[in-house]
Amino acid sequence: MYTFSSKLKTFSYALMIVGILGVAYGFFTTPSSVEDVKIMLQESHDTHGATATHQNDTQANDIEATHDTAHSDDAHAEHAFHYLMNKPWSAVYVALFFFFMISLGTLAFYAIQHVSQAGWSIVLFRVMEGITAYLPIGGILLFVFFVLSSLHLNHLFVWMDPEVVAHDELIQNKAGYLNVPFFLIRAAIYIAGWIWYRQHSRKLTLAQDNATDLSNYTKLFKRSAAFLVFFLVTESMMSWDWIMSLDPHWFSTLFGWYLFASMIVSAITTIALVSIYLKGKGYLEFVNDSHMHDLAKFMFGFSIFWTYLWFSQFMLIWYADIPEEVTYFVTRFNDYKIPFLGMLVLNFVFPLLVLMNSDYKRVNWFIVSTGIIILIGHYIDIFVMIMPATVGDQWFFGITEIGAALLVLGIFIYVVFNAISKAPLLAKGNPFTKESEQYHY
Amino acid sequence: MSSHYEAPIRRPLIVGDKSYHDITLEVAAPVEGKANKLWWTAFTIALIAFLWGLGAIIYTIGTGIGVWGLNKTVGWAWDITNFVWWVGIGHAGTLISAVLLLFRQKWRMGINRSAEAMTIFSVVQAGLFPVIHMGRVWNAHFVLPIPNQFGTLWTNFNSPLLWDVFAISTYLSVSLVFWWTGLLPDFAMLRDRAVRPFQKKIYSLLSFGWTGRAKDWQRFEEVSLVLAGLATPLVLSVHTIVSFDFATSVIPGWHTTIFPPYFVAGAVFSGFAMVNTLLIIMRKVSNLEAYITKQHIELMNIVIMITGSIVGCAYITELFIAWYSGVEYEQYAFLNRATGPYWWAYLLMMSCNVLSPQFMWFKKLRTSIMFSFFISIVVNIGMWFERFVIIVTSLHRDYLPSSWTMFSPTFVDIGIYVGTIGFFFVLFLLYARTFPVIAQAEVKSILKSSGEAYKRYRDAGGKNPAPTKVVKVSTTTEEVKDTAVQKNDLLGSLGVFDNSTQKADDLKLISGVGPKLEKTLNTIGIYSFDQVSKMTEKEYDLLDSLLESFKGRAKRDDWAGQAKNLKNNG
Repeated sequence: MYTFSSKLKTFSYALMIVGILGVAYGFFTTPSSVEDVKIMLQESHDTHGATATHQNDTQANDIEATHDTAHSDDAHAEHAFHYLMNKPWSAVYVALFFFFMISLGTLAFYAIQHVSQAGWSIVLFRVMEGITAYLPIGGILLFVFFVLSSLHLNHLFVWMDPEVVAHDELIQNKAGYLNVPFFLIRAAIYIAGWIWYRQHSRKLTLAQDNATDLSNYTKLFKRSAAFLVFFLVTESMMSWDWIMSLDPHWFSTLFGWYLFASMIVSAITTIALVSIYLKGKGYLEFVNDSHMHDLAKFMFGFSIFWTYLWFSQFMLIWYADIPEEVTYFVTRFNDYKIPFLGMLVLNFVFPLLVLMNSDYKRVNWFIVSTGIIILIGHYIDIFVMIMPATVGDQWFFGITEIGAALLVLGIFIYVVFNAISKAPLLAKGNPFTKESEQYHY
Repeated sequence: MSSHYEAPIRRPLIVGDKSYHDITLEVAAPVEGKANKLWWTAFTIALIAFLWGLGAIIYTIGTGIGVWGLNKTVGWAWDITNFVWWVGIGHAGTLISAVLLLFRQKWRMGINRSAEAMTIFSVVQAGLFPVIHMGRVWNAHFVLPIPNQFGTLWTNFNSPLLWDVFAISTYLSVSLVFWWTGLLPDFAMLRDRAVRPFQKKIYSLLSFGWTGRAKDWQRFEEVSLVLAGLATPLVLSVHTIVSFDFATSVIPGWHTTIFPPYFVAGAVFSGFAMVNTLLIIMRKVSNLEAYITKQHIELMNIVIMITGSIVGCAYITELFIAWYSGVEYEQYAFLNRATGPYWWAYLLMMSCNVLSPQFMWFKKLRTSIMFSFFISIVVNIGMWFERFVIIVTSLHRDYLPSSWTMFSPTFVDIGIYVGTIGFFFVLFLLYARTFPVIAQAEVKSILKSSGEAYKRYRDAGGKNPAPTKVVKVSTTTEEVKDTAVQKNDLLGSLGVFDNSTQKADDLKLISGVGPKLEKTLNTIGIYSFDQVSKMTEKEYDLLDSLLESFKGRAKRDDWAGQAKNLKNNG
């Protein structure tokens, strides 16, 4: 039985407090009016040589170039104002989504392990259940965020703004799907479905611990299969709703599966990190380096899978170069060059080189250091999915973004380790437990 | 750890009380025996189809592509449909041997050999189409970047069709190597059992001098793992590249980013269906039901169900995004599929691919061999139509209404397709008679953990490691003193040898029988292979009680089986 160490608890509180301060700073430093932005822009023109900034401006405002200069400046300031208003909201959204996605990915992995009757991973089930404990909290936080967005407290989802829609025929055509009530109903259905499976599966495995027959196990097997079907559909839809609709003019059929790849690799990495932490504290005596080897293999394999899907999506759009699609990558490539290309190094090149060797996959510090890199890489992946649509070229990775990430990380750590301390760390009633304990690769 | 431990809940993968030797015998039987009438009939039909297809190909090349049903708008139809279909079928083999190896699925061992053979033979069929659909086949070597006399005229590496060349050729060669390395221990087994010099020679050549030393096995395992690790990205990338042929274009209905993973899922889907079709027949005609069990069929059905659902999800995604995109051309492309002149093909594809695998959710249906066979055929038809629908319906109506047209195949299109099916079965039927169709070395490695008898032994409280001979059949044979009675008994079931009408065989050809033993057998009255081949458990026991010093040998060496071969081949 794990006891939540007071040190870790204090650490998670500290993260939350620092995070809240960072986020609060983000909201307080947001310019309050377009006039402020004008002054800000003027200052930045003055301080950093005007030429460099101006070049960006002209690029960003291709369409407005035909208008007279005065109007262009006004429009630009207006635009920048909206972006800057969105910035702290986006930072919170990226962090909320990232940790929620880890939890959801873990849940999917967990269900797959049940359905495939894996014989190695049983000893890690309680760790996975701990990570998915964040799902209900994260889901509610996200839902609250969506409600706030639909109340026009922010402009992340431009299609929620009736004024924007009024002037945008493309969005009008999508209004059958992209409208606030339907969006919230869908979100509620996904979140409720996922949370239901999470709570139910937890109940069943705990019941199986002391059961004399396998009825709970069989039930869980069937429920997991049903969940995976539900997940296959809802995950795709969730990706369209929560991420793709931020760029309501853009569409890609691969998007849902691409997001899934990011999700599952982050999830497995988190499972590995939490397991190594608990093992280091002496709580997982039945987890050996073969289990870690398997997790590291999955980290390696899914990193490559992620790259495959990233490349497929990018290359096909780049190759055909159809204007309505390619803008998505043009803005990312122009304004986000370092994170956009940097994440490829972190998410692909680095794990490829480090986790290729079979011996390294058994060395904890190799897994931990690669794991942290992978998680940072996928945070950036989400960042590059969300930010260009909401803050455009006004992005900056600073106190607000770090604060939001730390805040949610603090909540995540608190919830996860608190949940882990609630049940024995070995799911002993599972019919494959013995196989898993003896597992050796 | 005790290496043979397996959770009791897992079902046995080898049915019946098999020993290592039983596996050898049953795997070698089709190779060592003679082909029956059924095989010859099937082979003749396949050969005729193949020759017919060959004729159609020669006619096409001699006369021109115009003999096909293609037109100026629809430049790709049956040729590329068949190409993608065959490549897709080929994917299951690599998936079974590589991906299932990486996921440590023991059940792959009963089916991987045949699945890989299927891969190789279907990639060969696929490889025909990129060549024969060219207008000028004789310039086909220009796709290769070879230095030449045209001032090093080079290929353009931007075309997915060129990537296809590399993808398919790499895929075929890697699959071939992967398959062949796995065959080495099995060929060695056939070599060691071969009685006739010609067979011995052939299998010695094929098995590359495999002797099965510890060091060899260790490297063998490592190579398999590395090749599996390489073949997995290969299998994904090959079909991805095939999908790029369409997805990189700007044709509505073709240009979509989901194609790479969706084509791969479709390939696994159709490939597994084809493996199911073939193995359901093979387990019956080659008597391999103990190794390709109902559970294998069920698991393949589950893979079909999963990939079918993924494909279904992709269909819905495509439909949704077509609407969501607001691009009229895209929307029309899907409207045309559903309600245009090829609505029947679309309907067929949807019902075969999306609906039919959903039946597999019912245990009763997925464990029914008849039903699985039926569905596997349905899926193959559906997947052919999927490729047809994607290719033809997107081409025949696109941007300019003035170039809208229809497509209908000619007998040459159909003839070539039928020809490739014939060719495939020619190869597969030859394979089934000359190759060990089950990876016996691998199957033997799971016998003690997943063999039915061993599992029963452990379930009854037996301890690991299980004894070599698990189920002791205690037969109380009465000590019969009178050897003459025993001789009569033995000859009664083996048949009396008549010196005047029959010719005595050289019994020394049976491995285990020397000159001395031959003489002893002759004194009992056994002269011919025919007699020996009739020996069963009862006769072995009788013989044992007659022989003083060779007890148990006849059964151990499987004299009956050997004699049967010698008799057939003599």
